[in-house]
Amino acid sequence: MGSDKQQSILVELKNITKRFGALTANDRVNLSIEKGEIHALVGENGAGKTTLMNVLYGLYQPDFGKIYLNGTEVRITNPKTAISLGIGMVHQHFMLIPPLTVAENIVLGEEPGNFLAFNRSKAISEVQKISEKHGLNVDPTALVSTLSVGSEQRVEILKLLYRSASILIFDEPTAVLTPQETKDLFRIFNSLKKEGKTIVFISHKLKEVMEISDRITVMRQGKAVGVLQKEKTNEAEIARLMVGRDVLFVPDQEVVPKGDIVLEVQNLQAVNDRGLPALQEVSFSVKSGEILGIAGVAGNGQTELAEVLTGLRSAQNGRIFLKGQDVTHDSPGEKIKLGIAHVLGIAHVPEDRHKRGLILDFPVSYNLILGSQGKDPFSRNLLLDSQAIQKFAKEKIAEFDIRPGDENLPARYLSGGNQQKVVIAREFSRDPSFLVISQPTRGVDVGGIEFIHHQILSMKKRGKAILLISLELDEILNLSDRIAVLYNGKIVKILNRTAATEEELGLLMAGILEYSSPKKS
Amino acid sequence: MNILSVGRDFIATTFRLSTPIIFAALGGVISERSGVVNIGLEGMMLLGAFGATVGTYYTHNPFIGLLTGALAGGLAAALHALLSIHFKADQIVSGVAINMLALGATNYLLLLLFQTAGNSPAVLTIPWKIFAASALILPFVLHYFLYRTPVGLRIRAVGEHPKAADTAGINVFFVRYCCVIISGILAGIGGAYLSISLLNRFTRDMSAGTGFIALAAVIFGKWTPIGALGAGLFFGLAYALQFILPGILPHGMKIPPEFFNSLPYLLTMIVLVGAIGKAIPPASDGIPYDPKESR
Repeated sequence: MGSDKQQSILVELKNITKRFGALTANDRVNLSIEKGEIHALVGENGAGKTTLMNVLYGLYQPDFGKIYLNGTEVRITNPKTAISLGIGMVHQHFMLIPPLTVAENIVLGEEPGNFLAFNRSKAISEVQKISEKHGLNVDPTALVSTLSVGSEQRVEILKLLYRSASILIFDEPTAVLTPQETKDLFRIFNSLKKEGKTIVFISHKLKEVMEISDRITVMRQGKAVGVLQKEKTNEAEIARLMVGRDVLFVPDQEVVPKGDIVLEVQNLQAVNDRGLPALQEVSFSVKSGEILGIAGVAGNGQTELAEVLTGLRSAQNGRIFLKGQDVTHDSPGEKIKLGIAHVLGIAHVPEDRHKRGLILDFPVSYNLILGSQGKDPFSRNLLLDSQAIQKFAKEKIAEFDIRPGDENLPARYLSGGNQQKVVIAREFSRDPSFLVISQPTRGVDVGGIEFIHHQILSMKKRGKAILLISLELDEILNLSDRIAVLYNGKIVKILNRTAATEEELGLLMAGILEYSSPKKS
Repeated sequence: MNILSVGRDFIATTFRLSTPIIFAALGGVISERSGVVNIGLEGMMLLGAFGATVGTYYTHNPFIGLLTGALAGGLAAALHALLSIHFKADQIVSGVAINMLALGATNYLLLLLFQTAGNSPAVLTIPWKIFAASALILPFVLHYFLYRTPVGLRIRAVGEHPKAADTAGINVFFVRYCCVIISGILAGIGGAYLSISLLNRFTRDMSAGTGFIALAAVIFGKWTPIGALGAGLFFGLAYALQFILPGILPHGMKIPPEFFNSLPYLLTMIVLVGAIGKAIPPASDGIPYDPKESR
């Protein structure tokens, strides 16, 4: 039995240590991967999962520690070596080149043809062949810039298969996928496994880990803290290992008495950046003490809805009332409304914290007062009052548990979850009457999600009206009082959370259930 | 002067003046396609012009002079590559430094080797038509190279998304080094043309902004070799106008010569401001690649 097991171990990482300056990202990590298994690597943000896999893929050199492949030590000094050893990796941020075609992206680095002539038709036919063999449907001649996220991921997988990788590493593959696309991906995982491929996937979505993996390695703060057999464990145990304490999965849903309508939207219409209709006939209202969740597949108008409500994009038609006051600014382009949202008492947690939420190179303290920098007490006599700013920052860092607790550290060096806490701390401190919260937990770990969800619910308890836009169906189901499904720029249905099922929402999100004229509730 | 000879003159002048722009612009295209902005084209041209003069002067063979000119441009580019790729210096600063270095170095060496602050002694030359013909053919060769060979694909990949190229097993640094050095060689040839073909000697600061016009041609040509050819010809034509126009003005019409001298630059501005639509540079143009940084 013991020797059997020994033989089936394909990859073994021993004592891998990787430091970045003062930070030890991997601290004597051991990991063994058996041939033909689906192995999940779980842990919070910053636990060192991606670093460990980058070491295996040759992007980082470990400070010490060894890698064994089939029992022999290997030195993987660059991705090229990793590829030649049959190791392939799909990164969290896809490594695709948008202006090139699917086929060009796939064969890049190992192009068919000779030095003087790239054999384009062979590249296309090769890609066609592999994609048919594995049931990964993509058009080899399409430009990557025209693909959906799900297709992009298929291209990434084809890249590995083209290089005949036998060990496939996926870094948070489901982070950007819809529930349906995730199902597809897991179908692909299973069929790859049947072909004898070995899969390592990084995740912090425990439901998925339990669904697809055979074995699970848990990492916490740079260390591997446990290896679990799927059959012998459960979500709670994994979460406990990840966070180091018990985690509540479903936040308590307190019934909060609902108040008056705070925000009312009538027949809203807007176009996207390319001038195409992005929102059509959107009507809904949000009461104080209520969370209205917007469910939908990415790109169905969520971004534009948040932007129109916060004044970053102008509405073409329709009305927005905040506490009965018409705040639609119907002369497009006339006002730069960036500042106006705050004046009106709207807080905005933007979907892309790097682009809209933070100035990454500014210290945490400045990021915490952005938008209020001209106001008392942060500004006096045209000068910033750094003492007041520091004091405020220290308070918020303590209140929102922002780590590391250094207000002078540029926001860039915080983990995703802590960056998000900075944005949330700032926006929630404005004491708004209405909040637009987009993707509050994108790329945030379990512990962080729990914290952020509690914060959102406490805002609700304080009688705020909240619009929650999320691609995570679980998040919508856990937090919302009512759920509006956005499909193709239209609200196809508004349901009470108690009446909503994941299946129905999935079908509505996919546009399979028919459009029924939304009734105002 | 009859109309025909004026026309022929005009066309010949256009080609003569386009040639150095095209060479340097092709250098700019290949460098920027790999993701390195080469604002040092001007300095590399100047060094190329000087190198070619010195080479020709001592060997009495202008073709060896051409090689030494290309070499001088290539060496300056290697320095730019070292600073901006290896040490991740700001590519604009590094390029400007090379331009100033080139001006100072050529002035100094002019004094040292030829005891003059103005013009070098006369040297043998290469017929300008050889350069001009190459400048017309080379863009198509480069086009084939960039769009039809595996190496070209890799260069474009590196300039768009170096990390993606890296993870596909491509050596980003190596590709960038090669492209920048080739860029300097091409600029050096463009410079050599100035001193051992268009003229027969090196004169102080003889590139006189041609390298910057070439930079404009890179953008005007939308970072493609054939675009650079078209843009180079356009700017050459603008230069040619300043020589032709004053001669064919109707009698009595007085336009100050300064206007004609500024014509190429005016046209550059007008063209870059908007006549061409939006030009999209390679996505990672100008950004040093650091494998440790996540993107």
